Amino acid sequence: MSQNHKGRLKVYLGYAAGVGKTYRMLEEAQEMRRQGVDIVIAYFEPHARPETIAKTEGLETIPRRVISYAGSQFEEMDVDAVLRRKPAVALVDEFAHTNVPGCDRTKRWQDVHTLLDAGIDVLTTVNVQHLESLNDEVWKGTGVRVRETVPDWVVDDADEVVFVDLTPHALRNRLERGVVYKAEKAQQAMDNFFSEANLNALRELAMRHAAHELEEKLTPPPAAAIEPLPGEMPAPEKGPARERILICLTGRPSSAVLIRRGKRVADYLQADCLAIHVANAANSSEPAERHLTFARNLRIATHVIQSDDAAGAITTFARANRITQIFVGRSRPLPWWQRFRETTVQRVVRQSRDIRVTIVAERRR
Amino acid sequence: MPQHPDRRPDPEELLRRVQAEERRQRLGRLKVFLGYAPRVGKSYRMFAEGRRRAERGEDVVVGAVQGQATPEIQEILSRLETIPPVIERHAGRIYEVMDLAAIFRRHPGVCLIDGLAYDNPPGSRNPQRWQDVRDLLGRGIAVITAVNLQHIREKQTEVERITGKRAAYSVPEEFLLDADEIEVVDAPPDALIVRGGTAADARALAELREMALLLAADVVEWQLQDYLDAHGIAARWGAQERLLVCLTPRSSAVEMLESGHRNALRFHGTLLATYVEQPSLRPEDRARLESHLALAREMGAEVHCLPPGDFVETILAFAREQRVTQIFLGHSGKERTWWGGRSPVERLIDAAEDFDVRLFPHKDAS
Repeated sequence: MSQNHKGRLKVYLGYAAGVGKTYRMLEEAQEMRRQGVDIVIAYFEPHARPETIAKTEGLETIPRRVISYAGSQFEEMDVDAVLRRKPAVALVDEFAHTNVPGCDRTKRWQDVHTLLDAGIDVLTTVNVQHLESLNDEVWKGTGVRVRETVPDWVVDDADEVVFVDLTPHALRNRLERGVVYKAEKAQQAMDNFFSEANLNALRELAMRHAAHELEEKLTPPPAAAIEPLPGEMPAPEKGPARERILICLTGRPSSAVLIRRGKRVADYLQADCLAIHVANAANSSEPAERHLTFARNLRIATHVIQSDDAAGAITTFARANRITQIFVGRSRPLPWWQRFRETTVQRVVRQSRDIRVTIVAERRR
Repeated sequence: MPQHPDRRPDPEELLRRVQAEERRQRLGRLKVFLGYAPRVGKSYRMFAEGRRRAERGEDVVVGAVQGQATPEIQEILSRLETIPPVIERHAGRIYEVMDLAAIFRRHPGVCLIDGLAYDNPPGSRNPQRWQDVRDLLGRGIAVITAVNLQHIREKQTEVERITGKRAAYSVPEEFLLDADEIEVVDAPPDALIVRGGTAADARALAELREMALLLAADVVEWQLQDYLDAHGIAARWGAQERLLVCLTPRSSAVEMLESGHRNALRFHGTLLATYVEQPSLRPEDRARLESHLALAREMGAEVHCLPPGDFVETILAFAREQRVTQIFLGHSGKERTWWGGRSPVERLIDAAEDFDVRLFPHKDAS
């Protein structure tokens, strides 16, 4: 539950376009209107679906804002207009949308937070493949790399998540009948993303995630460990401490997978999650900087340490911060003439011998 | 999804393929709406789908209605053909029995059956309604039905723990696994509390909701496997975490198993434990291994003993076959030679492409 927002957030979670998230949301909006709630449509994506459009009838719509960018016109939610109108509830479709450059905020979920901060309740829709922590799983299950993502905490903080279900069979029927997309696009969609195996995989992922969300709200986290200051030795503590996970990130592209995986395990174990990057004089830390920002977006506390001895720095940091599990990516194999030397991973394993080390594999399809 | 070229289907996979084939030969399609508690609206969703199908020209009849229908459902029922139930009295009880013979005679394209969990009176063709449904499917009649979580036999003990009540009628989980389609009817609990007007325990409802979603996820995973089997695709992907603990005589088995158990619980995953048979094990090592295996079984792990052979190759093949996502392995980092000539742990890490390797230091390594 969010404490710092005044407005309440309700998310309709689906596993693919066309399962009926927007329809369900509009149904509820109509019901609220009948009960006299002051509700407006702040953003709605009609996708030329007549049944859905019919459900907007009688609901007040705040006109969109038109933005010119690169010679084209784009329409976005007019946040200022919604704030001026200040309804009790605003309906905002497509939570994971990325705004066109020139808007005040880059992501729609940030726009939604602005509304919540102003005390407006928000209803919104999102598909499971847009959740950051599931990005690799979705790719592995479907072969699709989703670009528009929201950090999980944005959905975790919702006051309510409703899972909107439709069987893949029914969804494919709707596609065939042209309900979701126009005919030529529908056939293409069915052969690719909307194949039966893909839909089943996404659906299972969505169900498990929705169940996990519920469990999170039911289970109080284990006794909080006292957060030690960086470099400070923590006070001894009684009882089983909660797990503390340290993600060792680098500038290599595989670090993104590592961060998502470590964070996912941490979330499930209700563990604290930290990330460290060891920078040395020789390496530019620019690519690592991107990963550090990514980690911070997922609400992982990040630390950068200057050292030429990566393994040593990681081990020292882990000890000082009472880390119980270290997550590392696989080291690049050494050339044959250096085979007698140790890779960083090998040294971390050997040096932090009282701490569990998890080597995260790159997933293939 | 690419196939493994060097992999032959194991017997379990072959059996699944045969079963999938049998299911496809069954004539009628079965669709189930699953609710987590009464009044979530599963009956409404079922009848609404029936109406939509009738409007699209399908031959739809209502085979069974459960209890007092809401005005919304009554409105739909007034537009659909209903095969009235047979009222029977047995030992002072009144039964509303679905008229199976009449439905057979009428032979509709689709039959809507509310209240899948129902015991027929003694002397009926089948003791339970889900068996009636099976007979309808066998005759080529598609069935759409609705059932609540508390009626799923394998879940009843857990539901009772949450609600303190046990439903009288039940349907085996296997019947759900066999459905062609399952749809979860989800609604936030506060809507139920308002609608029911009772101060129902929101926590209990949330727990039931979670259970229903996980059950549906299991069914979906089963169906996905089914689909992949039917199309000859060897799946290496599942949304479920599958953890494999590799036991050896010297590993910190307690720590590994406890961690594996906790992970499996939190992820609602599966815990597997394995060891690679070693022919010449010292008696004291044999005894330690046996106690580790006993502990693994105690923790509910599926224990697999693998034939002697190259440790890394054996584990890798097993992990691939079982679609493992995490391997738990013990290590003693104390000897320098451990890294010297490519140790098994090192080789496993190098070969690990679809799973994480979690290393647990041996407790006696100092």
